[in-house]
Amino acid sequence: MDLGYWLEKLVRRGRLLSLLMLGLMAILVIIDIIVPPAYTRFPWDGLGGFAAVYGFVSCVVLIAVAKGLGRLFLYQPEDYYPENDSDD
Amino acid sequence: MIDFIHPSLILFLGAALLPLFKGSARKTVLLLVPAIALALIATLTPGEYGQFEFLDMQLTTGRVDALSMVFVWVFGIILLIGAIYALHVDDWIQHSAALGYAGSALGAVLAGDLLTLYVFWELMVITSVWLIWRRGSGVSYRAGMRYLIVHAIGGVLLLAGVIIFYQTTGSLTFDQIDVDGPAFWFILLAFMINAAVPPLHAWLADAYPEATITGAIFLSALTTKTAVYTLMRGYPGVELLMWMGAIMTLYGVIYAVLANDIRRILAYHIISQVGYMVCGVGMGTLMALNGAGAHAFTHILYKALLFMGAGAVIYMTGKSRLTDLGGLYRYMPWTFLFYMVGALSISGFPLFSGFVSKTMIVEAAAMDYRAIIFLMLLMAPAGTFLSIGLKLAWFTFLGRDSGLRPKEAPPNMLLAMGIAAFLCFAIGVYPAPLYALLPGPVDYNAYNIGLILKEMQLLLFTGLAFFLLIRFVGGKSYITLDTDWLYRGGGKWAAVWVRNGIVAANIQARKSVMAVLRNRAHGIRSRYGRDGKLARSWPTGSMAMWTAILLASLLLFGIRQ
Repeated sequence: MDLGYWLEKLVRRGRLLSLLMLGLMAILVIIDIIVPPAYTRFPWDGLGGFAAVYGFVSCVVLIAVAKGLGRLFLYQPEDYYPENDSDD
Repeated sequence: MIDFIHPSLILFLGAALLPLFKGSARKTVLLLVPAIALALIATLTPGEYGQFEFLDMQLTTGRVDALSMVFVWVFGIILLIGAIYALHVDDWIQHSAALGYAGSALGAVLAGDLLTLYVFWELMVITSVWLIWRRGSGVSYRAGMRYLIVHAIGGVLLLAGVIIFYQTTGSLTFDQIDVDGPAFWFILLAFMINAAVPPLHAWLADAYPEATITGAIFLSALTTKTAVYTLMRGYPGVELLMWMGAIMTLYGVIYAVLANDIRRILAYHIISQVGYMVCGVGMGTLMALNGAGAHAFTHILYKALLFMGAGAVIYMTGKSRLTDLGGLYRYMPWTFLFYMVGALSISGFPLFSGFVSKTMIVEAAAMDYRAIIFLMLLMAPAGTFLSIGLKLAWFTFLGRDSGLRPKEAPPNMLLAMGIAAFLCFAIGVYPAPLYALLPGPVDYNAYNIGLILKEMQLLLFTGLAFFLLIRFVGGKSYITLDTDWLYRGGGKWAAVWVRNGIVAANIQARKSVMAVLRNRAHGIRSRYGRDGKLARSWPTGSMAMWTAILLASLLLFGIRQ
């Protein structure tokens, strides 16, 4: 089986696949709104689509926090630690 | 009939005998030894074995119970998979080190007392460091040195803790550590260093990406998970661990967003995933502890799979930075496919192994109404999928064409990845055997509509955010500072500054001492030197004078007797 060939085919239909994915995501949120929540342990348990919003926001927040810290002081040039590690 | 053979014995024997074989005979032994060990593991029945007295201390080398067996099983499985993956490597030192390392990890997990645990704990360090050093570069040598030093400190802490524990309790049995005072904290700190709990984690992200391609598989599986086992055994329900674990899950993913080296991204995700287990241990409920055990099992398999995929890319292309990679799916399609199985597993997609174990820990937090922990544990998978499933996968295998035209990985690598991928999928689809292996009875089914809906929404909308922000998430040609800065960067400068100060003070002190001595010498010369008061008579004269004084004093004290 030529797996590379099949992957190539899928990649060429990338646009269609991403549209399908967006459709699937919309359906998931709609189902989540319709289906009654399984638990009522937390205040957000009744909100349909909470996980979707939380996932999106989490991703943005994580990237923003990481990049912010990186720009602030975490990012350093690749030769920051001296290569030969002589001690002074 | 012998009812117990310690699996570590077979592995140590194999490690010792391996250099005697050459070529295909060595390969056979390399596969045979883990296979025999796995067969031995299958025959283990609960009980305490291998007990003996040593200096009036009762030692137990083989405690087989439900908790230790979870780890023993998965260590045995990953050793065999790792041996297949490393079959093409012609370096007996690495192979022997890997066998010895796995033997030590099994010994640590089966240890029934703290002294045996300590011995295997140290053996793990001195065997595993060779898997870093045999990369053969200056960078890996120094990373290995730092790894060695950090773990040496951990080992000393453990030993100190064990000694104090023995003195306070009079026992060496390794069960829940419930003493107050330094023993509790020393042993906990030693375990936390090996579990890579921030800020004691930097050795992991520093050393693992510099390890040999095949050695990283064993490293990713054994050290941190042995520590998770010891935490489960010794410190269940310690609330500090719950918070540290939840912080770990986010700490790892934030650093992974910044990392550029593909194995460094994976290394930071070890920290993140071990965070779930540490958090589960800290919650300490039956559900949480079962979840921690289950997650350790699935994590070892998918993390090894991810390291194998990244290792195959590095092996075939010679590149390890995202900024140098891209578009490899055409040339390494199987590696890509297997890697993605690992990526979907670690992200916790339904039907893959991470889903059935990670959700247990999240669910345990929900059952105790721990809202903040729950939200933290729910945020981390977004970061996991972001870095492992999207960023690494996109910028290595898809994305722009880097111009690299590698061949597909060798068959033994593909076979090892295939086995691991199959297990990840099989556990995800049919988790019952895994649940049966866990220390406590499991009343949990991950496949209910609420959980699947929640997980799918969470992950797919993470994906949406990724593609909207794709300009910002690619690898950058930077390194990121972490707490190892304390001993590599600023701390080192501080240490050098202190050392220079000590050297200068030393020189100064010697100078002033010399000055005093010179003054003395001058004084002595003025008295005893030429024309000095006491040098005026000849030595014979001075001898006669001292003899006279001596005799006089003898007379004085002698008469009194």
